[in-house]
Amino acid sequence: MFGKSNNTQAEPEYENIQDRPLLNVELKDLEFGYDPKRPVLRNITHTFNTPEFICIMGPNGVGKSTLIHCINKILKPTGGVVLINGNDTANMKLKEVAKDIGYVPAQSEDSFPLTVVDTVMVGLQNDFKFGTRKEDLERVYETLKMLSIEHLAMRDFNELSAGQHQKVMLARGLVRQPPLVLLDEPTSNLDIRHQIEVTKTLAQMPKLTNSIVIMISHDINITAKYADKIMMISKGGIYAYGTPMEVLTKEALRDVYGVDADIIERDGRPHIILNDSIPIPKEV
Amino acid sequence: MSDYDSDEMVSSYNKYVFRKLLFIVICVVIMIAVIGYASTIGSAGLSPIDVYKTIYNHFFNKSAINGTNDWVVFTIRLPRIMTGLVAGMSLGIAGAAMQSMMKNPLADPYTTGISSGASFGATLAIGLGFTLFGLGGSSGIIVMAFVFSLIPAAVIIMVSSMKHTSAATMILSGIAVMYLFNALTTIIKLSLSETSLAAVYQWSIGDLSGSTWESFQVIAIFGLIGGVILMAMSKKLNILITGDKNAKALGLDAHKLRIALLIIISLMAASVVCFTGIIGFVGLVAPHIVRIFLGSDNRYLIPASAAFGAVLLMVSDLISRTIIAPTFLPVGVITAFIGCPMFLWLLIKARKSMW
Repeated sequence: MFGKSNNTQAEPEYENIQDRPLLNVELKDLEFGYDPKRPVLRNITHTFNTPEFICIMGPNGVGKSTLIHCINKILKPTGGVVLINGNDTANMKLKEVAKDIGYVPAQSEDSFPLTVVDTVMVGLQNDFKFGTRKEDLERVYETLKMLSIEHLAMRDFNELSAGQHQKVMLARGLVRQPPLVLLDEPTSNLDIRHQIEVTKTLAQMPKLTNSIVIMISHDINITAKYADKIMMISKGGIYAYGTPMEVLTKEALRDVYGVDADIIERDGRPHIILNDSIPIPKEV
Repeated sequence: MSDYDSDEMVSSYNKYVFRKLLFIVICVVIMIAVIGYASTIGSAGLSPIDVYKTIYNHFFNKSAINGTNDWVVFTIRLPRIMTGLVAGMSLGIAGAAMQSMMKNPLADPYTTGISSGASFGATLAIGLGFTLFGLGGSSGIIVMAFVFSLIPAAVIIMVSSMKHTSAATMILSGIAVMYLFNALTTIIKLSLSETSLAAVYQWSIGDLSGSTWESFQVIAIFGLIGGVILMAMSKKLNILITGDKNAKALGLDAHKLRIALLIIISLMAASVVCFTGIIGFVGLVAPHIVRIFLGSDNRYLIPASAAFGAVLLMVSDLISRTIIAPTFLPVGVITAFIGCPMFLWLLIKARKSMW
């Protein structure tokens, strides 16, 4: 699936999907709050412009999902701007923003069940054509196969387990091979074997398809093993950004999560041994 | 796992699509059969063959027209049958689209208050003679039904725009408005004279006996235009049922789409209600029965609900005219009598849950 691009919607400027231009996503002083007096996110300034697998980490309710929802305009930032290739998303139509961004929600909100094929196909099409093209079906198949769920293709979405739901939603977000993929805890319902497999697949995507993959994750050791970069969010702002070795330190885990842990290095990556929860320091 | 290849998936998907198309074709065949059979019922002894011949001659072979048969079929029988057909279609489409857009299996023109609004408008016109723009007669009733059907729709839109509300809130506000309009209708009925009350009652029970070619035309025009638009939006509806967040992430403003859909559906439903009164069950149940057989892909659900809704209403009307002939039961009674057990049986028998 990562070979030649057969994306029929995009302008075929490039022969090979690896040669496509990389997206430049700039967040400037981003702020968001349901209540303007108490913003969930504030002063988020960061640029994503390298083909990397970036994991966003941080405690519950700290604004991780809010952050990715601001990037693809599911939420409108209450302050600051999001620029995609220099264009302010506030002035872009939802459709323009959506064109380059794949999204995998944390939970399924699917109401009436479609078959798995049709559910994934929803991620492909947003045009007026009525029928289903064979090439679309083949793309859906390739995506399902990549996630080893091709055997579920003709099943109804609501007959599946929570883990299988998650894989189908992943397929739906990835089927277009978008240059930017935002994933909200896409492996939370998977068993460890599948967590590793899916994370590995996602980690390989940026290089294979010249894309940026941003994933919210809670599994600290899987993240440490596969992430190119980690963005640690704490109290509505970026606490740290860098390689797993740089970000996942004893101090960071204590400050952000209130957890005492020992870090050992293995193959240039941190391995975290969790000891106990500790009181969170009052001021960072 | 690995022995399931791409061709296999494509071919089983195509079979699945074929099954859905077959369902629609079967419904259309039944429709044609019902048109033929229903036209034979009455005092003039026509056979179904006579009916089809008469219809064929009327359009394609004017020289062979048999005056009496033509008059019986086209003036007496067909207006009612064809009105049933288009009304069933419109209600089926409206119900299917409404359930998908509200992501709620309980949504239909009735539970969202649209039918009640239309009914109130028509009651005002019939009972109190109150009409808009000085229009009298049936066009006065139609306009009133239309205008008042848009009030529940407007309330739903307003409530959901003011707060960032879910589809569930939309349907709840619809139900609230439904109760209000039903209460208002009751108040008007209480104030009416016996003769006006009889006229209002006659209208409100949900019946096709007053159908004319005019009612057929109006329902058909709204049904056709609305149906075509909703079909064109069926892929968007498929996106909508995967959740509002996902829809937005795919470039679809769920809220705006809902407003557009609500207006289209209100007009379709109102066009039916103002001629037939409130015929319950078709809008709610026809799409669900189709879902059990075909799944919820709106590209097929909408046309299949149209076809099945038409069959359900036409067959019900046929039964309503024959079961205790020469008097008849209102079709709304029959749709519930047939629809309820059929639906419950399918719910119990259904291999998988569709909701």
